[in-house]
Amino acid sequence: MKQLYAWSAVACIVLTSTAGDVLLSRAMKQVGDVAELRRHSGLAHVLGRILRNPNFVLAILAMATAFYAMLFGLSWADVSLVVPASTSLTFVSNAAAAKIFLHERVDHRRWLAALFVAGGVILLAL
Amino acid sequence: MTLRKYLVLFGVAVFAVTGDSLVSRGMKEVGGVSLHHLSGIVLVVFRPEIALGVLFLLAFFACYMAALSWADLTYVLPATSVSFILLTLVARFILHENVSLARWLGVLMISIGVGFVTQGPALTPQPRRRESHDRLAVPVSARIEP
Repeated sequence: MKQLYAWSAVACIVLTSTAGDVLLSRAMKQVGDVAELRRHSGLAHVLGRILRNPNFVLAILAMATAFYAMLFGLSWADVSLVVPASTSLTFVSNAAAAKIFLHERVDHRRWLAALFVAGGVILLAL
Repeated sequence: MTLRKYLVLFGVAVFAVTGDSLVSRGMKEVGGVSLHHLSGIVLVVFRPEIALGVLFLLAFFACYMAALSWADLTYVLPATSVSFILLTLVARFILHENVSLARWLGVLMISIGVGFVTQGPALTPQPRRRESHDRLAVPVSARIEP
């Protein structure tokens, strides 16, 4: 039963952190290049644009949920299972979500990069 | 890609590793935090090591957001996984920890993944993104770089 709880937590972490990353990426694309914006209109303007963006607010909520799911997951299972499993799966789910929701061109090179990094993260945890 | 952009990506990796390490070390000194005494989790941020770690994590988040403003998510995430490599090198050569063969293989796989992604373009060309009507917003599609 504990295994089921642990893997439910991993699934929740992967889903919410992927949602957080995708929403944050969308928000920052809508805001525009922050360095150029800051040069044109100052830091306060950039911060205002970011904080008023609804995708940014949703991204922070999703990331906070992922953080608490991680805390719950760590109370049900070992860190050596929860952290590498969720981190590596998030790399792969982010590639799929970016292709579907952000319409990024995820070519074979980017898929290989995501898979190699995900595999590497698992090996680091051994 | 300009030098500034590479520095931002490097900042994402370095600040994440430093922030995580400082917070982790600080929390180990604090010990377990009980759910019945939640004030303890608020007060720990006033410990110097944890406060410094939080500052580094804020710097990480700022760099991460800056990177996402001019690069794809599928470019930024693998490119900044250099942090895993840095963490292993710090563990081996500064903290003198024993790093197993499997972990070195992991470092090699991550390095190959980083190599794959950084050879391609940072941003997917979009014919027209739905930008806000603010004229000061710099259209992302006008900033495609190799």
